[in-house]
Amino acid sequence: MGAALVFLIIVGGLLVIAVGMYNSLISLRNRVDNAWAQVDVQLKRRYDLIPNLVETVKGYAKHEREVFQNVTDARSRAINASNVKDQAAAESQLSGALKSLFAVAEAYPELKANQNFMMLQEELSGTESKIAYARQFYNDQVMRFNQKQQLFPSNIIANMFRFTEREFFKIEEPAAKEPVKVQF
Amino acid sequence: MYEQIAANKRKSALIAALFVLFIFILAGVFGEMAGMGRAGIIAAFVLATGLALISYYSSDKVVLAISHARPATKDEFPYLVNTVEGLAIAAGIPMPRCYVIDDTAPNAFATGRNPQTSFICVTTGLLAKMNRAELEGVIAHEMSHIKNFDIRLQTIVVVMVGLVALLSDWMMRSLWWGGGGRRRSGGRNKGEAGAILAVVGLVLAALSPLIAQLLQLAISRRREFLADASGAMLTRYPAGLASALRKIAADTEPLEAANKATAHLYIVNPLKNIKGAVNRMFSTHPPIEERIAALEKM
Repeated sequence: MGAALVFLIIVGGLLVIAVGMYNSLISLRNRVDNAWAQVDVQLKRRYDLIPNLVETVKGYAKHEREVFQNVTDARSRAINASNVKDQAAAESQLSGALKSLFAVAEAYPELKANQNFMMLQEELSGTESKIAYARQFYNDQVMRFNQKQQLFPSNIIANMFRFTEREFFKIEEPAAKEPVKVQF
Repeated sequence: MYEQIAANKRKSALIAALFVLFIFILAGVFGEMAGMGRAGIIAAFVLATGLALISYYSSDKVVLAISHARPATKDEFPYLVNTVEGLAIAAGIPMPRCYVIDDTAPNAFATGRNPQTSFICVTTGLLAKMNRAELEGVIAHEMSHIKNFDIRLQTIVVVMVGLVALLSDWMMRSLWWGGGGRRRSGGRNKGEAGAILAVVGLVLAALSPLIAQLLQLAISRRREFLADASGAMLTRYPAGLASALRKIAADTEPLEAANKATAHLYIVNPLKNIKGAVNRMFSTHPPIEERIAALEKM
């Protein structure tokens, strides 16, 4: 009788611990998803800013058609990207195109003094650092989620319910790591 | 980090409880003196609890008001608002509301009850003198104060301990000068009222070291080092904050909107006019060189 009771208590205790670990794995996974959604929110904001920026620059620098075309192409490619890898590639291309757009703007003092242009430039660089921070937060959350799956004893529960590890956001395109070349 | 959050919540609750007790005793003594009996006790309790609740829910606004801070709009300060929003994303907390103080002395503080109700306040001097990496370092430091619930403790200390200090100061002075409301209460029970006030005054005098001790709770050197470290974790660039601290320390101009009660909220002690050993003894912040050295070792 006594032994049965002790056994029941131990089994009950283990069950409670297992449920706790399962729940924390689920909430960590949700946080990873939420963090990824945050990145998308910021990316969307950047896509929305770009047409405005292009229009403003066009008003001063009409004949830089190639630069505008590059930016517009990269933007639509990034928006229409179907998977994360394509998107990352298109994103880094877009960043490069934007950098050359700003480099072009350097040559037009009137444009640089334009209030609207300065505001857009600040908005855009602010949004870019938000994208970077959102990705950093995503990676932090992925690390916590993956670590929970690897550490004992929660790895037992993770294996039992087939949790899979998430991938870190990494910039794979070598082009994104190189500084942009500006040709005049 | 999590122990720090729990300790901060515990200390905040302790200070609030002591505050209720203090006001209750004070009001109770007055009620007794006025001969209100049991009704006086109940009134004292209601007053103490009410005052504590009001302080808790309005302390952040009180702090912002006494610092002469005004809301920073995105149109006026896009740079600040963008930086705060970015670092809130990095820290994974809701975006704090942004405020500015119109003062050329560079400094910053955070206030609020919890990450959901939080405020970051910087001087216009800070915005003018810092580059982007430095401003990000400062904001990240404040963001860590918010995340660690330092703001709740520090803000409660400003308002509750400040109010108690004010009350005791006022009573000590009236004891010294008036012998207990000579002008108002008339001659008949003057002696009795005077005696009670003298007792209260003595109790308060005995309490002053306790008040100082409570202030010490909020002024922990570890808290600043921890906020520096976790701020550096957010920006992944400790040199930014180190350079910002160096710049702020090199600036000798005192911040007019800061006073002794709010000094411990700021990233760097804003009352720079006092120098010497006494100043170090009552220092609200660890020496800036130590903080910079710690950041450079990361």
